[in-house]
Amino acid sequence: MANNHLTGIGSESKELATWYFTFAAILFGAQLLFGLVAAIQYVMPGFLFEVLDFSVARMLHINALVVWMVFAMFGAVYWLLPDETGIETVGIKIGKLLFWVFAAAIVVVVLVYLFIQVGSADEMSIWFIHEGREYIEAPRWADLGIVVVALGFVANLFLTGMKGKQTGIVTVLMADMIAFAGLYLCGMFFTDNISMDQYWWWWVIHLWVEATWEVYVGALAAYGLITMLGAHRKVVEMWLWIEVTMLFGSGILGMGHHYFWIGTPEYWWEIGALFSALEPLPLVAMFIHVLYDWGKTQGEQDAQGLEVSVIRNKPAFTWFVLNAFGNFLGAGIWGFFHTLPQVNLYTHGTQFTSAHGHLAFFGAYATILIGMMYIAIQGTNGIKVMNHTRSSIWSVSLLTGGMMGMTVALTVAGYVQVLVSRAQMGATWAGYFDGQSGMWFAQAMDWRLLMGVVMFLGFALLAKDFLTTGKNPVHQR
Amino acid sequence: MAKKSVWSDNRFWQRSAAWITGFASVLLIWLTFDTMAQITIGTDSDLKNGVTKRVPGPTVINYKITYEMSSKRGHEVPIIGGNDGQGMSLFQEKEKFFGRDDWSEEEATELLHLGKLGSQVKNCMNCHTLLGNGAYYAPDLTKAWLDPQWGPDGSMQAMTGKNTKEEAMAEFLQNPSKYPTHSRMMPNLGITAEEAKGLVAFLKHMSSIDTNGFPRNFGKIEGAVHGK
Repeated sequence: MANNHLTGIGSESKELATWYFTFAAILFGAQLLFGLVAAIQYVMPGFLFEVLDFSVARMLHINALVVWMVFAMFGAVYWLLPDETGIETVGIKIGKLLFWVFAAAIVVVVLVYLFIQVGSADEMSIWFIHEGREYIEAPRWADLGIVVVALGFVANLFLTGMKGKQTGIVTVLMADMIAFAGLYLCGMFFTDNISMDQYWWWWVIHLWVEATWEVYVGALAAYGLITMLGAHRKVVEMWLWIEVTMLFGSGILGMGHHYFWIGTPEYWWEIGALFSALEPLPLVAMFIHVLYDWGKTQGEQDAQGLEVSVIRNKPAFTWFVLNAFGNFLGAGIWGFFHTLPQVNLYTHGTQFTSAHGHLAFFGAYATILIGMMYIAIQGTNGIKVMNHTRSSIWSVSLLTGGMMGMTVALTVAGYVQVLVSRAQMGATWAGYFDGQSGMWFAQAMDWRLLMGVVMFLGFALLAKDFLTTGKNPVHQR
Repeated sequence: MAKKSVWSDNRFWQRSAAWITGFASVLLIWLTFDTMAQITIGTDSDLKNGVTKRVPGPTVINYKITYEMSSKRGHEVPIIGGNDGQGMSLFQEKEKFFGRDDWSEEEATELLHLGKLGSQVKNCMNCHTLLGNGAYYAPDLTKAWLDPQWGPDGSMQAMTGKNTKEEAMAEFLQNPSKYPTHSRMMPNLGITAEEAKGLVAFLKHMSSIDTNGFPRNFGKIEGAVHGK
């Protein structure tokens, strides 16, 4: 295996990775910005009313989320491919062209969202404005573009994996990314039947975030442990296969927990409850795995009398450990809270889901992708051991603290909604607004906004650190 | 050296991953075939012949829809055209929808199509939840058609100056910020009269979908947990 993970200099694949990471970081900022607009609207409903309504702000918030993560995921693959396969990525020219196509398409889509917002109820609007289906709102022309870009990306991954050394990590990524790209097709058609619509919509959303993306994170964590700690590949890859077994074993049929109430048959209650209740288990395994490898590698070095940390990239490793824990807490615990149908009957469609969604996306995905960005900064600047800076510590603290605070606030809001709007009032229009007007709900929304501002400050410091840490003399070169 | 254990063998775990993933995927696909058959939209003749479908045909807009307890299933189910007393639909009692209860299959399908398109284009799901999925900034629309707010005892008919539920809903959808019910208002989305009609048909149809008792106790409670 080429051991050039400490330097991205001279690798075109790694250069392309940095483009993807840069664009992803910008979109992450946009995501937080539109999230703030939506959070303000909960507190002050008149804010930007009929200018940039909640529906538009929220669409931009969640679309920026999905897109920045997909960009960072593509970038991370382009970053690790030369290290894993020992060769330069095949088809990098096409990869670069597709990056620009993808980025340009995103800019056009965002401008249309912002300035056209809604059209008339016809197919033209679905083709050129948006499809109005949460998370995958992109208009149909962009859908087709995304398919082309994803095909190019998967082709590059496969050609490189088959030509170079095919490690366990690359094998997992190849299988996972083809499923990831293929599943997108399930979300591209229109039907008048809302139950059918949501059935297939979940094939994209659930099988992305609770199956293929999780496996992707397992592969990234494996790569990170090998490059940052020098953990043994054989052990790491064995863990990875166990994780894939558990993640797909629970996650694929765990989809049943989205089929409790959308018109689908009752047997999904049992299937969804059983398999989704198992979904936290692999997340526990992943957490143990990261801590185990860290302790083991450090212990081996301590035994040789060397009193230095084995971690070659402190900020990245911090984010990787936060990922292991955040994935377990946000996706695992907060997901399990409301995954049983007896509970979900009341929590479905409340701020409870929102609390889980926020912590899970952050804990499971944002963390590790930010970690990968730090690995890229280390590589492109020829840094041997990357240390924390004041901004890296502050940014990780503010982002994580802000997210935890927001999650707790949304959970409290969710409880109010479940008790007042659902259990007590039976989910009507009047019941809904009774819940929303409750003091606890209103206070929770104030706290959520405040914690959103904290996160935004954390992002500003993260951006500052990204731009400046490469040249900082605290690192060992 | 001790004999190698299968539990620490990468090949074993790789094969386990492949088999388990394959097995789960095959099971999911098999269940999908069954679910597809069960959630395919019904037809007008289903309604006329008293065939209960999880997703009834578009002409369900010609019928009276309620949401009542089924003793057999232990939760509420949509009742179409009257209740047999056990929580099964009779498909008898009609209800006028914009003045007519004889919408043909073709007309009703067209109306539902317009409404479903409208629900996406107007981005309903990024404020409301539909079948419980979407955003949480506005009320759930799953059974909005059955919400007492729009009924004869609710405030919306008087507020919009209309005499029927569907007309009140259509009027509200066209001028939402004219009829605020809370400081959080629905914005004007440029919904035309025709689009509003389609959207109301879409809502009425959605309320007839069998959602396994979600939402629980919808519209049954006035003030207390077990009150009527």
